[in-house]
Amino acid sequence: MTNIDQYKVHQEPFYQAQGDEIALYEAAYAARLPVMLKGPTGCGKSRFVEYMAWKLDKPLITVACNEDMTASDLVGRYLLDANGTRWLDGPLTTAARIGAICYLDEIVEARQDTTVVIHPLTDHRRTLPLDKKGELLEAHPDFQMVISYNPGYQSLLKDLKQSTKQRFTAFDFDYPAPAIEAEILGKETGIEAGLSAQLVKIGGAARNLKGHGLDEGISTRLLVYAATLIKGGVEPRAACRMALVRPITDDADIRDTLDHAIDAVFG
Amino acid sequence: MTTATTPSELEDYWEQLDCGFPRVKPVFADCMREALATLSGQGVEAYISNARFLGKMGRGAEPILIFLEEWPTVASRLGEEALPAIMECIRRMTKSPNGNAITPFLQSLPVTARRLQSPQQLRDYLDIVLDFMERTTGSIHGIHQTFPSPGLPEFFKKIPLLLGQLSLEGLKNWVEYGVRYYNDHPDRQIDYFSLQSADSRAVLQRERHGTLLVDNERRLDMYLRGLWHDEGQLIPYSGAFDELRKPIPYYDKLGIRLPDMYDDFIRPSPAGGREGERLPAGEIVVSGLDRYRAVLAHIAGHRRWTTAIFADNFAPFQRMAVEFLEDSRVEYLAMRVYPGLRRIFMALHPTPAEDACDPELESGVRHRLTMLSRAILDSRHPYKNPHVVEFAQRFHMLMQQGDMSTPEIAELAVSFVAKARRQSDQLAKMHFKDTVVDYRDDNRQMWKFIEEGDEEEAFDEPRKVEPGEKITGLPPRHYHEWDYNSQSYRPDWVSVYESLHPSGNAAGIDRLLAKHGALAKRLKKMLDLLKPQDKVRIRYQEDGSELDLDVALRSLIDYQSGATPDPRINMSHKTSGRNIAVLLLLDLSESLNEKAAGCDQTILELSQEAVSLLAWAIEKLGDPFAIAGFHSNTRHDVRYLHIKGYSERWDDQIKGRLAAMEASYSTRMGAAMRHAAHYLEKQQADKKLMLILTDGEPSDIDSKDGRLLIEDARQAVKELDRQGIYTYCINLDHKADEYVADIFGKQYTIIDRVAQLPEELPTLFLSLTK
Repeated sequence: MTNIDQYKVHQEPFYQAQGDEIALYEAAYAARLPVMLKGPTGCGKSRFVEYMAWKLDKPLITVACNEDMTASDLVGRYLLDANGTRWLDGPLTTAARIGAICYLDEIVEARQDTTVVIHPLTDHRRTLPLDKKGELLEAHPDFQMVISYNPGYQSLLKDLKQSTKQRFTAFDFDYPAPAIEAEILGKETGIEAGLSAQLVKIGGAARNLKGHGLDEGISTRLLVYAATLIKGGVEPRAACRMALVRPITDDADIRDTLDHAIDAVFG
Repeated sequence: MTTATTPSELEDYWEQLDCGFPRVKPVFADCMREALATLSGQGVEAYISNARFLGKMGRGAEPILIFLEEWPTVASRLGEEALPAIMECIRRMTKSPNGNAITPFLQSLPVTARRLQSPQQLRDYLDIVLDFMERTTGSIHGIHQTFPSPGLPEFFKKIPLLLGQLSLEGLKNWVEYGVRYYNDHPDRQIDYFSLQSADSRAVLQRERHGTLLVDNERRLDMYLRGLWHDEGQLIPYSGAFDELRKPIPYYDKLGIRLPDMYDDFIRPSPAGGREGERLPAGEIVVSGLDRYRAVLAHIAGHRRWTTAIFADNFAPFQRMAVEFLEDSRVEYLAMRVYPGLRRIFMALHPTPAEDACDPELESGVRHRLTMLSRAILDSRHPYKNPHVVEFAQRFHMLMQQGDMSTPEIAELAVSFVAKARRQSDQLAKMHFKDTVVDYRDDNRQMWKFIEEGDEEEAFDEPRKVEPGEKITGLPPRHYHEWDYNSQSYRPDWVSVYESLHPSGNAAGIDRLLAKHGALAKRLKKMLDLLKPQDKVRIRYQEDGSELDLDVALRSLIDYQSGATPDPRINMSHKTSGRNIAVLLLLDLSESLNEKAAGCDQTILELSQEAVSLLAWAIEKLGDPFAIAGFHSNTRHDVRYLHIKGYSERWDDQIKGRLAAMEASYSTRMGAAMRHAAHYLEKQQADKKLMLILTDGEPSDIDSKDGRLLIEDARQAVKELDRQGIYTYCINLDHKADEYVADIFGKQYTIIDRVAQLPEELPTLFLSLTK
């Protein structure tokens, strides 16, 4: 039998609420409605799910989606073994059996025909047909489906089907307001308030450039990295260049502008 | 050396000078006094003897007068030892027919001396001048120089401007360009050297020193957007041609006007270097780019924090004070957001000396306000003036209580004006030195007028569009042309006009295709072989869309028999297609009308057949494909004739255009290739192929040097290569070996038997793209 305990979130993850999303999520979970989290990379989507799983004390099974993922990677497949073949549950099936929150991260990365397998689980049926095995799996009452994706990102081709979209309730995530973000940096890494405000200001400069040469602004995650480096004793400018500027761009003009922003902010 | 000069000494010098011009006598005494004060004993000797030479030269009184008046000042800047070189230069001018350039040359000396910092630079400058003179002085039979250089006097008239904009290296390049291209055309040479002609200005622009706005527009745009969350179109204005009154940056609803160039800001020498002078070496304090950023930060600050107030209630001095203090306020706020700006502002903001302005003689309003502004910016300011100190403190106190608003600042400014007021403020002579803060805008946006005033001026007049002015055809596109002599591009040298090829009878092309029916059949077989096979199976995949049964069984057997099974038991499919965009560029020059050797058709007709077959073949293959023709009649008129575009099908319309193909004029290949490339570049394809069908070398009637256009075409091939376009030449000229490899490297075929072209061309294409 599957070890449920390994999927539990044991320690409280730090999550700074930006609005009433916690209460809304609890309401959605109470009705077992599927939830979709939208927002740019590194703004706290996965952290939120982790936090909610901890808060509701439910197991969490996370699947990072990719283009090569097939339906059988989600549902399960037959494996050959010494006596012939053996069925192995996929993560989605496991979650439905044990009553976990199944979190499909970056769902648009998976091919559209793959994502269709979640459909029967996400409407009133709450079943998962395992046609290869000849089993119709009734989802556990605690089972809930959560997906996340980044709408501003990737190509036109990578979008969700309408039929998939319309099975979910959705949250819009964005980078937190400057004051909150500075607080997050402080709590995550323990740097002082002035420094975290400066980091947030640099992040803001880069976010303004989104769509003008940058696909995505500096995420909260990168700001946390920078703060961690500074906390570890790295000189702030060097830490910012390393953690904030170099990862996000190869464009000399943007690099130059952001480097200047770092100088301007640190004075 | 004594400065007191007795009349008898003067008399002596006058005799030595031996000058009969009546205009010299009255100024001589003054000049002598200055010379004796600044020059050494030997220097005075040389001064007199050289003046004497200039007087005896037979060029009138002008040269000697200028020399007498200017030399002492020039000598104090360049040193007396510069004189022999200058005189040698003048002697060479007298010996040549260029005597008319001596006066302008002497006149330009004081300015030149100020710009050139060292004797070495002066020597380099004189070398440029002499070289220029030698090369542009005309001769009839190649022995005696008979005609004066047309451009030289103009050059000396423009030299202050030129040296202000260019380094000596740049000057040399600029002169070089003019001499090379206009040596045989005196009128154009004059236009060039008097900065009248467009390319003269263009080359000047290219050679300028400093940071150009055009090169950094994107960065500055990002700066504004990223750091200030603001946007605006950045519009350059040129500060190069307004010597007296420099335009000031400003912004309005159309955009932000900035100078087209900023030099790096170099710390002025502590000895109080002469105004407006560039120091040759020194620590760069603020880069040109940062100066632009300072302007933008200031303007963005205004846009964020300034609210316009009514100007009508303020006297002119009050307005000036309000502007200064408001500037200080937005900078203060800007620095609070970005502390790093302080370094830039501090370096750029002038620090006028407290005693620089004599309140008895000059109006010190600007001076006082600049001191206040400096004192606000710089807490370690040197000023003792009680009003300045008091108001700087009051400013900081008020700012600590809150951001303040423009009207509040106006109040503070008005009380400053009232308190610090002096009688002499009304004097007409204003003290300006060190009071211009050049990163600040002209503050036109902070004033509202109850009555429309005429204080504001726009640099650019709204352009009037004449009604009824009809635009026919596309506007010309300009392309650079490579000049192998100087290894540089001639800016915007060639004008390319594009138009649709006129239509003819499409049935003609169908007849041609029918005539080559047998060939078409053979081609079709080849085409079928080339045609893309859409689905391809990829086997041996660890992850795939399907189980590959053969492999899976093998693995299972391996597994059961205890051997290591191969886990790659899946397979998947991939679509593989040809992904080539093709552009066929046809040379339509006059020579195509010749009969091809060995048959009774012209080359044009054969090309028509070949192109028709090729177009038919490519259409069958389904590759994106365009056809265009070109010919040229000097650089001002390169025609690019559009025959088939990528979105057009191979139909009667296209056939009609092909049927109407005509040949005339010459072959300026480089420009046509660059123009064609800009279409091909936009195609989304893995491979881009440009086929050029030509029958001779690139040439044009306005190009005497045969190599020039060949080298340009070669450069064009290199450019295209960098853009990811593969060029391939099909040459019908059996003498092409001499040049075609120079242009296309190995990417060419020469077709000797032109009659074979219709057969060769499609096969060649197919083998190229196999």
